[in-house]
Amino acid sequence: MDLFEYQARDLFAQYGVPVLRGAVATTPEEARAAAEAIGGRVVIKAQVKTGGRGKAGGVKLADDAAGAEAEARNMLGMDIKGHTVHRVLIAQASDIAEEYYFSYLLDRSNRTFLAMASVEGGVEIEQVAVDNPQALARIPIDARTGVDEAKAREIVAAARFPEAVADQVVDVAQKLWTVFTGADATLVEVNPLVQDPAGTIIALDGKVTLDGNADFRHPEFADLDDASAVDPLEREAVAKGLNYVKLDGAVGIIGNGAGLVMSTLDVVAYAGEEYGGVKPANFLDIGGGASAQVMADGLGIILGDPGVKSVFVNVFGGITACDEVATGIVQALAMLGADATKPLVVRLDGNNVEEGRRILDEAAHHLVEQADTMDGAARRAAELASRT
Amino acid sequence: MAIFLTESSSVIVQGMTGSEGRKHTSRMLASGTRILGGVTPGKGGQQVDVDGTVVPVFNGVAEAVAETGADVAVIFVPPKFAKAAVLEAIEAGMGLAVVITEGIPVHDSTAFWAAAQGTSTRIIGPNCPGIISPGKSNAGIIPANITGAGRIGLVSKSGTLTYQMMYELRDIGFSTAVGIGGDPVVGTTHIDCLQAFQDDPDTDAVVMIGEIGGDAEERAAEFISASMTKPVVGYVAGFTAPEGKTMGHAGAIVSGSSGTAQAKKEALEAAGVRVGRTPSEAAALMREIAG
Repeated sequence: MDLFEYQARDLFAQYGVPVLRGAVATTPEEARAAAEAIGGRVVIKAQVKTGGRGKAGGVKLADDAAGAEAEARNMLGMDIKGHTVHRVLIAQASDIAEEYYFSYLLDRSNRTFLAMASVEGGVEIEQVAVDNPQALARIPIDARTGVDEAKAREIVAAARFPEAVADQVVDVAQKLWTVFTGADATLVEVNPLVQDPAGTIIALDGKVTLDGNADFRHPEFADLDDASAVDPLEREAVAKGLNYVKLDGAVGIIGNGAGLVMSTLDVVAYAGEEYGGVKPANFLDIGGGASAQVMADGLGIILGDPGVKSVFVNVFGGITACDEVATGIVQALAMLGADATKPLVVRLDGNNVEEGRRILDEAAHHLVEQADTMDGAARRAAELASRT
Repeated sequence: MAIFLTESSSVIVQGMTGSEGRKHTSRMLASGTRILGGVTPGKGGQQVDVDGTVVPVFNGVAEAVAETGADVAVIFVPPKFAKAAVLEAIEAGMGLAVVITEGIPVHDSTAFWAAAQGTSTRIIGPNCPGIISPGKSNAGIIPANITGAGRIGLVSKSGTLTYQMMYELRDIGFSTAVGIGGDPVVGTTHIDCLQAFQDDPDTDAVVMIGEIGGDAEERAAEFISASMTKPVVGYVAGFTAPEGKTMGHAGAIVSGSSGTAQAKKEALEAAGVRVGRTPSEAAALMREIAG
């Protein structure tokens, strides 16, 4: 999960990383109160999980609390690249002498962690990496030893931080490492890391990505989820423990296993080319279980999508037995009753497939038809979706 | 021969007394795997009757190895305890540690992978279906009844796509099928498997299944181009996955243009790999070579 800037800022503060005073506000009045508490000039920053907010008018300066309130009033509700601004961060305004870049991240290719640092911060670091690669130091970090003072000095030297701030950056680098490991992050990025006119190093903006697999170690993060940004059907799926992603096509998809479901989306899209560009409506992985309840929950969500015209249930029985899946489908349709209105194309293969197909044949539900192959089923589902 | 797992592999199951561990121990035994013991801390000394086979339980991996001489660990331990379990397998000198557990924090998997470097332990997974050398041994949860032994090698990130491909080519059969797992950090890569299949006299051709995210397939393409003489057929899932949306596997996420299915397909084709648009198409391409 990606954190909002204000959440990253709070996390940094907990670990002793130097940040400016600030508070989050959801109303203009709260923004005013926050600005009064901070005192003096403040910056009002839209909290959206996308880049380029400055250009979009999502970062403004105000001289006093009244100005902060007015800017917050403009900003709240604003749309930035499809993200609605629900919160603003009111932060102490800082004069900037120098802007740097610092991050820790998971390096998947090398199966280790990586520190990246540059004295050319405050800009798109991807661009620095392309235009001037030697300006971006990349130092691998051994997961077993982490970042001690010596490692921090190595990073600071490689990035050629000025002598005058080196000790401070070494300290910040070690603290950011404790954020990275302590919070089970896969990314901790500070851009920019600034030096103010007095020579003090401050983390001015931060991006943190947390590893959802580590949630069991972090009950403190339970409240961080940002449900407001999620599609309502996706929210309902999360509540039911389903792995669902809404797309914008007409063929609803249910399958088992992330790889097979992704493959199903592709096969439906290819088949759809023959039927006027019919596309998959969603990703839904029901995993290994496929009980009647899971099937009913899944079908319920898919049929709640008004764009869905047909449904393709694609199950390969590996561990899962096809007869259980078939029974699940029959029971799910009974549970949904009159709410089930769209045709279902079912393709079952693998473990106990004959029994599974027999169960569906015997049930002879008017909405269900079976197909022998994945490609054939995809064509049929696309054809059905194109007719209505 | 086969790769990584053969008829002489002797297996212990870490987490055998849990529900998943017990269920799959039974399935592995039924498919001919030599399972010599289970490990569950605190339950050492127990004997578990798995469908008529009595399997001893040990408190630790080192003890299990000393008593049984096992060289493969299959790990079903819950995420919270998985790191300690894998480290224990490494310390006990296991040749192969197959980590089935889903949902292990990536800081933990990165740590145990680092710990395995320079040791005798190969890690497969985590979050994987395991490895099967049909007719010889089965370490993990891949159903043994899909297909039998043959001369095709298979390497895949995804479990169900592994099963689907084994099913499509069930009349030809496989030397070894490896599900390497979809997590961002995995112990055994496509390249490790491709190298092993290239060196395996019982493998004639290889099917490689990839999916969006990361650059493992692009790196595999470079390896194939430089180091493989055996034919490779590819399939990549996720052409229609939208940018920035996670599709189940931690690994299956696209950001920007890197890691797209299209980029992977192009890289593989440039390396001389024939890539199918669907699993069935990939199977048909393999059939032309191996059928």
